[in-house]
Amino acid sequence: MSSPSASLPASQSIVIIGAGIVGNSLAYHLTRLGQRDITLIDKGPLPNPGGSTGHASNFIFPVDHSKEMTQLTLESMRQYKELGVFIESGGIEVARGEARMQELQRRVSSAISWGIEPVSIISPQEVRELVPYIDERLIVGGFYTPGAGVVDSLRAATIMRERAQQAGLTVAANTEVLGLDVEGGRIRRVRTTRGDIEAERVVIACGCWSPKLARMAGASIPLTPAVHQMIDIGPVPRFADAKGMIEYPIIRDVDTNMYERQEGTGLEIGSYAHRPIMMDAEEIPSIEESALSPTELPFTQGDFDPQMEIALELMPEIVGDESVGVKYAINGLLSVTYDGLPLLGETPEVRGLWSAAAIWIKEGPGAGKTVAELMVHGESEIDVYESNIARAYPSMKTRRHVQARAGEGFNKMYGIVHPAEQWESDRGVRLPPFHERERALGAVFYEAAGWERPVWYEANAGLLDEYGDRIARREAEWEARWWSPIINAEHLAMRDRAAIVDLTAFAIFDVSGPAALDTVQRLAMRQMDVPVGRVVYTPILTPGGTFKQDLTIMRMAEDRFRVVTGGAYGMSDLKWFRDHLPQDGSAQVHDQTSAWTTLGLWGPRARDVLASVARGDVSHDGFPFAHWRSLEIGPLEVLASRISYVGDLGWELYVPMEQGARLWDLLWEAGEPHGMIAAGSGVYGTTGRLEKGYRAYGAELDGEYNVVEAGMAWGSVKAEDFVGKPAHVAHREEDPAARMCTLTVEDHTSSSGVKRYMLGKEPILTRDGRPITDRRGRRSYVTSAGSAPSLGRYLLMSYLPPEHARIGEELLVQYMGERYPVTVRSIDATSLFDPDNSRIRR
Amino acid sequence: MNVLVCVKRVPLTGGRITLTDDQRALSTKHLGFTVSPHEECAVEEAVQIIEREGGTVTVLTLGPSEAEEQLRDMMAIGADRAIHLVSDEEWDAQGTAAAIVAAIQGDETAHELILFGNESADAGNYQVAIRVAHALQRPVITGVKALAFDLDPAHPRAICEQEVAGGRDVYEVPLPAVVAVKEGINLPRYPSVPGRLRATRKPVDASSPPRPAAQLEMVRLVLPPDSGKQVQVLGRGPEAAPAVVEILGELGVL
Repeated sequence: MSSPSASLPASQSIVIIGAGIVGNSLAYHLTRLGQRDITLIDKGPLPNPGGSTGHASNFIFPVDHSKEMTQLTLESMRQYKELGVFIESGGIEVARGEARMQELQRRVSSAISWGIEPVSIISPQEVRELVPYIDERLIVGGFYTPGAGVVDSLRAATIMRERAQQAGLTVAANTEVLGLDVEGGRIRRVRTTRGDIEAERVVIACGCWSPKLARMAGASIPLTPAVHQMIDIGPVPRFADAKGMIEYPIIRDVDTNMYERQEGTGLEIGSYAHRPIMMDAEEIPSIEESALSPTELPFTQGDFDPQMEIALELMPEIVGDESVGVKYAINGLLSVTYDGLPLLGETPEVRGLWSAAAIWIKEGPGAGKTVAELMVHGESEIDVYESNIARAYPSMKTRRHVQARAGEGFNKMYGIVHPAEQWESDRGVRLPPFHERERALGAVFYEAAGWERPVWYEANAGLLDEYGDRIARREAEWEARWWSPIINAEHLAMRDRAAIVDLTAFAIFDVSGPAALDTVQRLAMRQMDVPVGRVVYTPILTPGGTFKQDLTIMRMAEDRFRVVTGGAYGMSDLKWFRDHLPQDGSAQVHDQTSAWTTLGLWGPRARDVLASVARGDVSHDGFPFAHWRSLEIGPLEVLASRISYVGDLGWELYVPMEQGARLWDLLWEAGEPHGMIAAGSGVYGTTGRLEKGYRAYGAELDGEYNVVEAGMAWGSVKAEDFVGKPAHVAHREEDPAARMCTLTVEDHTSSSGVKRYMLGKEPILTRDGRPITDRRGRRSYVTSAGSAPSLGRYLLMSYLPPEHARIGEELLVQYMGERYPVTVRSIDATSLFDPDNSRIRR
Repeated sequence: MNVLVCVKRVPLTGGRITLTDDQRALSTKHLGFTVSPHEECAVEEAVQIIEREGGTVTVLTLGPSEAEEQLRDMMAIGADRAIHLVSDEEWDAQGTAAAIVAAIQGDETAHELILFGNESADAGNYQVAIRVAHALQRPVITGVKALAFDLDPAHPRAICEQEVAGGRDVYEVPLPAVVAVKEGINLPRYPSVPGRLRATRKPVDASSPPRPAAQLEMVRLVLPPDSGKQVQVLGRGPEAAPAVVEILGELGVL
């Protein structure tokens, strides 16, 4: 307890700002992990300081297509249950049409993949049996999750705070933060209305207000407060004799972006259907100015009128009852980000300043535990790489981008979102120097790390005739969406001749200085003390020996290394390297991402193309694999790196960004006599990669699987220390719990006779239809899926426990409610195409 | 019986009130809007009357275009139609009363009863009802907390109870009449969802009357000084009970 007269501690190890579900659970988990000298501050009163926790609808549906979000939710549910504040009501997502029924089948797949059972598809009549006040004639079915429920998040926050207080937590309510002092790039002090606190670390867990607090320190927490409308109606005669608080399953009327749920004698109706209503954190009213609370803004009836019509139609008995009144109606504020994911971890701008923001009730306690683990151990049980706040590139943190994407995402909250679905707003921010050339070739652009990146080129449509029957068409609209058979044609042309690939989205940074070798040696699993001119592909491990990233490092000089990594998590990787620099300044990291552009040139004719324009030896002996050289191509000095992510002879060619267009033109001209084409990322990221069994970070590789399981523990362990080494050594000595396998789909034909193609994340089942779980409790699911045009097959990658990781093992994959036969074709992701790598090393 | 109820759009206050920079209005950046509580009771009373006696309820406001929200709110709880005198300007009580009188005289419906809230929640001038009654030469009763009728066709009357210290005064007035009611006369209902939806389709007659020169001008608003709230911790846990009992005794609530 705190009284206003008590003074604040003069200095603390950790100050947490924000006493909602996140701040309280973080405080609890930090104390549980043995941390002391912690103060929790909130400008509001307790137990409800006026943030989003106080007005949250508090229901939890566990199934999400994202593994990371599902894991955070499941961990949160476990904690809510342990705290005694979870009421298991069940929940039903109802479908109003066939497209949604297909989406509900996808949700069944995700539920099995993430181990959430039971779930089922139920008929309209069965929905009505569970929720007797629904007009089942409006729906065609439902996805029933009996384990869904409702929590008391304020109570949970209170219990966790009290437990933390027993372990010494200081709580300062009614205490507003006035400033965050940063010295030498590090957080130093929290200035409040009740005095200053020196702090080693500060966590912003302020929900909607987080951007404002971050700005006080010159950092960025790129989220926007957005309005979510909800109303409570009652008293409902049918609920008059409800025995408990929650008697009926929650209904999510997902096709209308709405939900309805009973609580006590009332029915709560909420909506994500209205126009996106954004505001700035600075515009949120103060507690004193607020009629209800700062995050319960005056209701704007006009925005909700259409939703009332919909609810009335779905639940006429209750919503249409003239005696049932609208008792409470708010425009509730919640936090929305530009990509729909939370913002967790230390901010890249200020050392010691952490973010635990953009978290909703269903992830709160799980996120609190995760951030606590990251702060104490540097890694967390649940890998939250997708939510790492360091992921954002500068343009993604702008107000315009956050509001545009948050607004676009808002109305997709319950949407049917295709795995490859593209954002429509605020595109065209990062353009490679060849962008106009690509447009002229009819490039279809997807966004990658903010870059416009071609996935295929319509100009290559003529290749479809050339390859004819070798290219499978996709009959079902879902799989044909965001895809083109031209991708497979480009693949075959690359395998036959050559292709250039836009790789501008790479993140590139240099590690330099006297301690550069020590720095990369400590971070990379593979030996980095290699001659200048070598290129090393290496895992970057977490302390636990799982994947932080996989990337390539070029030794540029004795004291300089160039790190090249995928764009998606390039900024997270940059921070990881920065975080591991020696304290004495003897090594530095310089971001080169916007300085260099990259073109890949691969295929059996790649050497011919390059030789025709480059001054320098490009022979196999003169320019061996896994080396880089400086070449002259026309007037350009080009850094050529002989590696391949597509399994063919070739190079990555790096030039300063402003010279990229010229490089394209020179290669284009040189390639013409050799039949060279431009190929998109469909080849680079999927077909070429999968044929070779190359793993991708974020698909096969993440913090859940170790190097041995991924089949990447080739060679011996280097003598030097590196992050994750003890764990990695231990992993080598144990039998892997799972092994990375490549499978082929044996029959694509669905019950309706249409050939179907999996897109990823589907569960792998035994031949008798049982889910497969390894001894660490992880389910086997499809990590990547795609065509192997050179093999004429469709490939799936999946981790399988040893008893199933056998070549020839026959299994099933569940996709859209049906099961298809699959066969294990390789273990440890050995290439199915050119297993000897003869095409690369020649 | 046809009843007209006059309402005013006012800020929905609940937290600290702040003034605009020119100190002539409330800062409404963060505020919602409502009608004055007395007026909400007046509409409820009117709806109950016509539920009992038959007839129509018309709700009238003088206010900005946004005040249509309040008209819809009132139609959601049962008013049949609305008259909206649209103006973004501030009107004094004389001008307001004159505009209402003109609207009433111009309306095709003859209203046997005109209801007001006893005073608006913001300006609190206590004038408009009386001025309207005077101009229409009708009897007016203010401060009414109970309302009944004797609808003898020859001599229809309203029976109005006014709360006074220690009891109630009862007035009987012939209809048509003007009555200003106070909160407590009834408990206004919450709107139902069907009521809300019907309200979106009910008619609003909008017009823009010219504002006469103000006879009374508001110069500026002053916030009352902070009441100097103090928090005193009486104790913690069960040990605090005797102190709490003592305070409750002092307050005379035991």
